[in-house]
Amino acid sequence: MNTERSRLREAVGYVVATVAALVFVAPLAYAFLSALKPSREVLLSPPRLFGSEVRWHNFLDVFDYAPFTTYIGNSLVVSVAGVLVVLFVSATAGYAFGRLRWPGRDVVFVLFLGTLMVPQEVLVIPMFVVMQWFGWVDSYPSLIFPWAFTAFGTFLMRQFFRNIPYELEEAARVDGAGPARTFLRIVLPLARPALAVLAVFTFLNYWNSYLWPLIAINDYASLGTLPIGLASFSSQTGTRWDLQMAATIISMVPTTIMVIALQRHLVRGIATSGLGGR
Amino acid sequence: MSSLRKAERRSAYAFISPALIGLSVFTVLPTVLAIVMSLFDWPIFGEREFAGIGNYTRLLTDTPDFWPALRNSIVFTVLYVPLNLMVSLGLALLLGPRMRGRAIFRVLFFIPVVTPMVANALVWKLVLQPQGLLNGLTTEWLGVTMPNFLVDKNWAMLSIVVMSVWAGMGYNMLVLTAALEQLPTAVIEAARIDGAGGFRMLRKVVLPLISPALFFAAVMTIIGSLQVFAQPQLLTGGGPGTSTLPLVMFIYETGFQFQDLGLAAAASWLLFVLIIGVTALQFRAQKRWVHYEH
Repeated sequence: MNTERSRLREAVGYVVATVAALVFVAPLAYAFLSALKPSREVLLSPPRLFGSEVRWHNFLDVFDYAPFTTYIGNSLVVSVAGVLVVLFVSATAGYAFGRLRWPGRDVVFVLFLGTLMVPQEVLVIPMFVVMQWFGWVDSYPSLIFPWAFTAFGTFLMRQFFRNIPYELEEAARVDGAGPARTFLRIVLPLARPALAVLAVFTFLNYWNSYLWPLIAINDYASLGTLPIGLASFSSQTGTRWDLQMAATIISMVPTTIMVIALQRHLVRGIATSGLGGR
Repeated sequence: MSSLRKAERRSAYAFISPALIGLSVFTVLPTVLAIVMSLFDWPIFGEREFAGIGNYTRLLTDTPDFWPALRNSIVFTVLYVPLNLMVSLGLALLLGPRMRGRAIFRVLFFIPVVTPMVANALVWKLVLQPQGLLNGLTTEWLGVTMPNFLVDKNWAMLSIVVMSVWAGMGYNMLVLTAALEQLPTAVIEAARIDGAGGFRMLRKVVLPLISPALFFAAVMTIIGSLQVFAQPQLLTGGGPGTSTLPLVMFIYETGFQFQDLGLAAAASWLLFVLIIGVTALQFRAQKRWVHYEH
């Protein structure tokens, strides 16, 4: 009986959502269009959609002005290595907390969770000194290891492991498999969804990290990651907005593709992981 | 049986040790070190010297940028968090389960959450230039010349807040969407039959039901906004003057530009106390407005 009203409401909803989306996307579209303009035509008033020519070449010129290939390569190495370390550490510790019985387990777990309260921003100063002691300033390890041991991943994996039925493991045990074998053969394969969620979150954290690389790395030209490369490129090139926007768009592409590829899992991934992100 | 137990215990220690060693070295050690450092004159290179509480008194009484930085972090949080929650809740409600094509909208609003904050900030730096998109459009369409957002001391902080909401609200939108999708339809239907609709339904039924998710979002967003760094660093450099310099940027500059790691460590500790204090306050206040199902 209310179909007409609800149809009207639906239509209004679409209009509002579309307007919101257009306003929201305008800065990105503007950045993209600016990346295609000749340098002098970026900041013209009134703003135009296109310049006197469409310079796709700006996207290639970026690589001549700064070592963006190196930046992207460094970000990839650091992010992938970071994901591997985090998955290994979280899966093993999550298994010990979620499936195995040992004295002191619950106390240690609470202490683990306690470390979640200390944010990275509070630790960067002493962490830098730790890096000095290790001789890790200006090196890959300083970008990979310091933040790979957060209790978040362990917590996520523990929650997951706890919900796997014990019968599966019992069966393997009866067949004589020890904890290590059961872990590798039975538990880990079942944990693939949780590992995937953790991998995505971890990758994004590493890929986007800015404050820490700024501190741990001085030699941008050879060890800079994409965010610090982008920031220093912007401060060096001043008014070359065309190139800055081209570089900015390039840096947005991988993560944007990732979101689009994972869109079906977005809501559920956030609901199951609970925390993480920002 | 007991030998099995022993084997299980032994492998548990093996499984836990990578995380335990890593956390000790990279979290516990720096946490303790932060306290120790805050009690020393600790330059990046050269001799360290015990200073007692010297860094703390210097920070509170003799460091001109500290109080403005603290104030700026609080101002940013007070502006950013409500705006973020309102926008993300509005979008979550708008893109409800009955709307077709909602997935496309959600992905769109989520994109800046996962792109590097540096990239987001640079996009907005261009948008907010005197001849950028925003001022260009208002001049063209309304004949209004807007202030120079990033340099004007009344507008710089607001610009950072708006840019940050644009970049960050997609996350809370999804947190709240997940909560809305789990609402018991029976309760909503019952309320509807009782004549609740529109805003009353929202205020009396929906919001209380999703209050745990709202609480979670509020806590995480406040913690996050007290850590703001990249946006002001790239958009305004903390300026004009120190009007947009937040605490984390103060810590970074004290440590690595002025190379005074002891003072920076003291400021880090105060930031930590602030974050813990605000979080504790929220957990105490939650009894008044968060409803958990038992």
